[in-house]
Amino acid sequence: MKKIFTERKLKTSTKRSKNREFVIITYLFVGAFIMMMGYFAYFQIFRSEDFINSPYNTRQNTFAEHVVRGEIRSSDGKTLAQTIVEEDGSETRYYPYGSMFAHAVGYDCNGKSGIESFGNFSLLRSHAFFLEQVFHGIQDKKNQGDNVVTTLDYRLQETAYNALGGNRGAVVALEPSTGKIFAMVSKPDFDPNTIGAEWDNIISNTDSENSILVNRVTQGLYPPGSTFKILTTLEYLREHPDYQDYSYECTGNIAMENTEIHCYANAVHGAENLETSFAKSCNTSYANIGLGLNKKKFADLCNDMLFHTDLPISYPSNQSSFVLKESSNTDQVTQMAIGQGETLVTPLHMALITSAIANDGILMRPYVIDHTENYKGIPVKNYKSSTYGSLLTKEEAQKLQGFMSKVVSEGTGSKLSGQSYQAAGKTGSAEFSNNKEESHAWFTGYASTEEKGSIVVTVIVENGGAGSTAAVPIAKQVFDTYFSR
Amino acid sequence: MLHLITELSKYTMIILFALYTYQCFSALKRSVDKEEQAEKYRSQVVYMYLFHLNAYAVLYLSMDKNLEVLKFYLMQVAFFAVVQVCYSIFYRRVSRLVVNNMCMLMCIGFVMLTRLSYDHAMKQFQIAVVSMALTMLIPFFISRFKYLKSLTWLYALAGITMLGVVAVLGAVSHGAKLSFTVAGIAVQPSEFIKIIFVFFVASMFYESTEFIQVVKATVIAGLHVIILVLSKDLGAGLIFFIAYMVMLYVATRKLYYFFGGLFCGAVASVIAYYLFNHVRVRVVAWQDPLAVFEREGNQVANSLFAIGTGGWFGMGLNQGMPNKIPEVKQDFIFSAVAEELGGIFAICLILVCVSCFLMFLNIAMQMKDSFYKLVALGLGTIYGFQILLSVGGDIKFIPSTGVTLPLVSYGGSSLLSTLIIFAIIQGLYLLRERTETEQAPERKKKKKTGSKSSSSKKKSSVRKGGAASHEENIHGTKIEDFD
Repeated sequence: MKKIFTERKLKTSTKRSKNREFVIITYLFVGAFIMMMGYFAYFQIFRSEDFINSPYNTRQNTFAEHVVRGEIRSSDGKTLAQTIVEEDGSETRYYPYGSMFAHAVGYDCNGKSGIESFGNFSLLRSHAFFLEQVFHGIQDKKNQGDNVVTTLDYRLQETAYNALGGNRGAVVALEPSTGKIFAMVSKPDFDPNTIGAEWDNIISNTDSENSILVNRVTQGLYPPGSTFKILTTLEYLREHPDYQDYSYECTGNIAMENTEIHCYANAVHGAENLETSFAKSCNTSYANIGLGLNKKKFADLCNDMLFHTDLPISYPSNQSSFVLKESSNTDQVTQMAIGQGETLVTPLHMALITSAIANDGILMRPYVIDHTENYKGIPVKNYKSSTYGSLLTKEEAQKLQGFMSKVVSEGTGSKLSGQSYQAAGKTGSAEFSNNKEESHAWFTGYASTEEKGSIVVTVIVENGGAGSTAAVPIAKQVFDTYFSR
Repeated sequence: MLHLITELSKYTMIILFALYTYQCFSALKRSVDKEEQAEKYRSQVVYMYLFHLNAYAVLYLSMDKNLEVLKFYLMQVAFFAVVQVCYSIFYRRVSRLVVNNMCMLMCIGFVMLTRLSYDHAMKQFQIAVVSMALTMLIPFFISRFKYLKSLTWLYALAGITMLGVVAVLGAVSHGAKLSFTVAGIAVQPSEFIKIIFVFFVASMFYESTEFIQVVKATVIAGLHVIILVLSKDLGAGLIFFIAYMVMLYVATRKLYYFFGGLFCGAVASVIAYYLFNHVRVRVVAWQDPLAVFEREGNQVANSLFAIGTGGWFGMGLNQGMPNKIPEVKQDFIFSAVAEELGGIFAICLILVCVSCFLMFLNIAMQMKDSFYKLVALGLGTIYGFQILLSVGGDIKFIPSTGVTLPLVSYGGSSLLSTLIIFAIIQGLYLLRERTETEQAPERKKKKKTGSKSSSSKKKSSVRKGGAASHEENIHGTKIEDFD
């Protein structure tokens, strides 16, 4: 009996395990198939838009055979781009506000740019009422494409556009708590209504200063000047918990190995602490601060702050850059600390840093398409605001908020004081050539009220002189418009 | 009007194919009895014909109402009908699911190829008719001829000679020496040698799995792979390698062979990356196709444009631009399917291929004779791995290796060799049926004399081995084997 039992046990165990390897192989393959199908679904859901909207993808243009391109609208209901269909069926793309929204909305002729480019897929899809589509299908008529409703605010765009006037430069305004872009102005600009006729002229003009197709908000690379002191200050705060004890006697200049650093307009600031150095934008004090910083940590901080990184934005953008190595000499370090030297930033990048500070350290991903809807106004897809990440801690952000408030109350941003809103920010006057008399005027800051929340505005006026006189007033007009409602 | 029909057909075709796919798996359930299963398989045939009709209606309307397309459609209907009827008359015991899947995959292939290039579709159809006629005999031979397992060295000799000849004489195409031309037809021998290779490895390990035998087998297998790599057919080399590793592991049951082999494979891949420019090109294209769009990334990026723009529901037949993808008829047919018939349809297509793979492995587990077990396993591995390489490359899951999607892609050698594989599998289903009918009476005798304690166990196996068992038991046991 015992013998039979063991024999049986043996048999069953060999039978059980006979196909064990086959089962393992089957599972391995089925697992691989499931992963592959999972990747396919992942691609369709999360990655496909990058490819659909790629300028290399000519497929979406075939949609135009069956769909009339939809409208692009501002958040306050203004039509920014529309397609007009003539009696004979010919179509023209019309931009009611001409060059005011040139870079933000883009063009649709000889390629595409701006929202016309990355919103193309939505504009050429129709979610018109099902039966209407059937009806059109029978008659072989085109369906009306979906409208793209942007976060752009007509009044703010108009204000910024007029305020910048005939200057070259850029203005960007966004909401720090959501990342919604309210205004995006870049000059010099072009009229998207006539760009087709002028195309040859535009591209044959290779003068880099005037390159009108460049969206200076996302692609313009400028020395940040004193606006960069925000990051120098942050690094100092991190390295020196006793930052309140900092003191410096400004004599108007400080000698380095080969160069001398002057305060702007040869001012002499006298005795300062960190806060007044920041508020008065004292170059010599910041050169002094820069010398004491840990180069490795400072470089890491800048990299965490989106330098050498693609900005999270649908528009084509350039990476901001700086050079700081262990081997950098004191000239390079001090130039870096005051935002000169080899450091280059885009205006949007400065706006995002400011946005993170205003939002207690959290950067919201900037976006410009709020939602799409069919031509009758029924929503199709909503784009929600999303967090990009935490760039600095809440405590650090609040300290910097205090510093930036002081700029307005006591320093270079005083034109913004005494308003119905609380403003804060940092000015800059960035030298861009050997001529010390010439500088780009910068302002980056935010303003808020209890009921309307806050708005970030970043302004650069090329060769505008001092930030406090050329850039701050533009920001003020945008703030005034925003809070006047 | 045409646009409307195309738009609506997108959804009807997805529904029909989804229903078809559902039946592939619902028929595997244990609770499904034989009649229900037969009913499900019949419904699959109906879905296939409806899909086929729907697709060709759209093609006819969108291709300027060309009467040639209608004629072509009717020829295909006749072809599928003949295949179905032949199998149900001559080979009643084969797996209906495998027959259905074979027809369905070819059907999708014809639809897509007609849309991509009518002339190529016609050529593919002609090859399909001839191949089907030839392979119709294979199940019969496989189930009768017992000496297949003793031709070991003949397989090795044939395989290596043919590969060697191609490597030396073959025409250079796409940086890889893959084919030679016989009477105007380009033949790609590696497609057929992979089958012979499986027979070689199976007969080697059938003889013995001693160490010395493993060494011999590995040397010959390595020779195959090296010739393929030298003739730059890396996709095929990879398929041979994986097939060998899987068969080696299953035959010897030694995991360290498997992992050791995979490790060597990984090292070899790294060496290949540095050694061959065309391997690097594929990897670069895989990493970021848009960054190198003008050069290496063009093919993969175009494939992803197609898949992405198609979305879940597709652009509709004849509404996309699949011809923008280089090699779309061969290696990138899956992207064309995803673009025009939709992502859901494409997922179903993968699932139908998975269902074929499961049926291959299922018969491997069902067979008693280890030679046939290994043959089914080897062929199943080749088929399954080819699906992974082809689809995975198209969707950028893995770097593209330039492998066709069996039965769907254009290509005579690929089609014929896949039909041979399917026919061999059907032969094994027949063989299993025959041996079980032969063994069943013997077992009954045994049961009478056997000890009582083991009778209950035996009873179940007798029921399983019974002549009437057929498919119900295939699936029943399959699930049992999975625990």
